[in-house]
Amino acid sequence: MSKKWNVGAAPARFLSMICLAAATMLPMAAAAAEAPEASPTAVWPGMRVSLFGTRPINDSAADIVELVAPSRAEDAATVPIGIHTKLVQSPDRYIKKLYLLVDNNPSPLAATFEMTPNSGRADIETRIRIEQYSDVRAVAELNDGSLHMASRFVKASGGCSAPAGKDPKEALRNAGKIKLRTDGPIEAGKPALAQLAVSHPNASGLVLDQVTRLYEPAYFVRKINVSYAGKPVMTADVNFSISENPNFRFYFLPTGEGDLHAEVVDTKDLTFNGDVVVKPDAVAAN
Amino acid sequence: MTMASRALIVMMTCVLAGLPAHAAGRFALEQAADGIHVHRGQQAESSPENGGDIANIGFIVGKRCTAVIDTGGTAAIGRDLLMAIRQTSRLPICYVINTHVHPDHAFGDSAFKDSGAEFVAHASFPAALAARRGAYQSRLAQTVGDVADGSDIVVPSRVVAADDTLQLDLGGRTIRVQAWPTAHTDHDITVFDEQTATLWTGDLLFVDRIPVIDGKVLGWVKVIERLRALKPAHLIPGHGPINRPFETAFDSEKNYLNDVITKMRSAVEMGRTLQAAVDSDSDSDERAHWILFDDYHRRNLTAAYTELEWE
Ligand SMILES: [Zn+2]
Repeated sequence: MSKKWNVGAAPARFLSMICLAAATMLPMAAAAAEAPEASPTAVWPGMRVSLFGTRPINDSAADIVELVAPSRAEDAATVPIGIHTKLVQSPDRYIKKLYLLVDNNPSPLAATFEMTPNSGRADIETRIRIEQYSDVRAVAELNDGSLHMASRFVKASGGCSAPAGKDPKEALRNAGKIKLRTDGPIEAGKPALAQLAVSHPNASGLVLDQVTRLYEPAYFVRKINVSYAGKPVMTADVNFSISENPNFRFYFLPTGEGDLHAEVVDTKDLTFNGDVVVKPDAVAAN
Repeated sequence: MTMASRALIVMMTCVLAGLPAHAAGRFALEQAADGIHVHRGQQAESSPENGGDIANIGFIVGKRCTAVIDTGGTAAIGRDLLMAIRQTSRLPICYVINTHVHPDHAFGDSAFKDSGAEFVAHASFPAALAARRGAYQSRLAQTVGDVADGSDIVVPSRVVAADDTLQLDLGGRTIRVQAWPTAHTDHDITVFDEQTATLWTGDLLFVDRIPVIDGKVLGWVKVIERLRALKPAHLIPGHGPINRPFETAFDSEKNYLNDVITKMRSAVEMGRTLQAAVDSDSDSDERAHWILFDDYHRRNLTAAYTELEWE
């Protein structure tokens, strides 16, 4: 039922958007003229129906999900986003899917993250591009099928049509490098924090080359599978709304010595892998 | 302001070669060294009030011809510069050198399109221009208003590869155009006049105005060392007063950038999130030293953090 957003159609549909002021265009960024605030009703109702049909969505869900985002972005191509969840992932009750939506982006569904009880906690930290002033939403779907939403209005513009990167040649050269690491103590049975960083231009395909009059081809990470000890902990479908050099922080539940493995697939169907051996600290493992 | 009254002001405020600099009037020129003329932009953001006149631009006069270095934030500023050049020298303009593609330095290019000059820039300049021109253009109109009309950045006919230099003979004086690895941007150029040991830095040097990282902060501090080693007798930054002692000018900038590097490097090592890292340094001691600090510092931290993650 949930219809896939057609990424390929985005450049044509949002042609006019490309010429919008780009907040990342230095050095006049801070003098950005105030863009009109987009009406929150413009995009959301249609998107809501196509993704969730008529299912009720709890929008006072502070006890389940919280969205952390700056009210004004420093750099529209690199807007830090935190989805903080308030429940322990247990086999009985857990968040099975998170939707990250940017209403006014060319492709509003920026990411979905599928979680399991082995995720420990369903939190996600990442960075996104924002094309124009927009509501940003996190919708948490529980294993019982209920939907819970948190949203924030973020002032930023030009993030998607900004030229990819500060050094595009180097970005292409380094595409596919992966860093996977755990942060903080590892204790068996306690959610542990992991960070996945992928070196990738994550190009939106929305930048018009003014000389050739052609759009630079879209080239971005589209799929991420992270497993621990062979079991999935986080599976993400993402697109160019994620910033250059995609970066994700998430949790997993260590149980003993095991391999944390990340597989990243991009739109050229190139696959990149990262691994880290997880050893719970002896003290906590007793 | 009409063209006529603009021209009049230019004529009234123009200085002739060899005379001391003065700063009065709308389009003032200062002389950095013999035959090297600088128009200083305001230390502000582009606005309708300042018409986008915020960068340092100017020209070097030889015995055979003149080289223009950066053309200003709009075609109107470029035309003012052209008229100022005409007041100073009858020699042809042989080169227009764009230190980088940032709109406050390059949108005056269109005023020199028919001057017969060869446009010189970094080898990575055309790609940067292709990717940014459209967005820069629509932003310019929003920022400065109608005065933006006709402004455009010209594709160079001659480029210099990173770490290469190009010697240009202006007749009786040779200028050295040097292209740098990624620093302020991925296509920075400096101009060094050998006769007077004058270094024209473009935005590799900001004086008093907070530097802006649109390239690589790690590359930038390395380039600063190499520029400092040139020991220029005269110094023209991309923004701010000219002829500061080079040690002070470069060290202030280097200190700021190193402070950003140190703090963001440790934030990355500590596993802080980007947001937490940026929030942790919003009240830097560096604030006291820089104009427009609050407009750019957090953005610089963002750029440095995402670069240092991949150090
Ligand atoms: Zn610049």
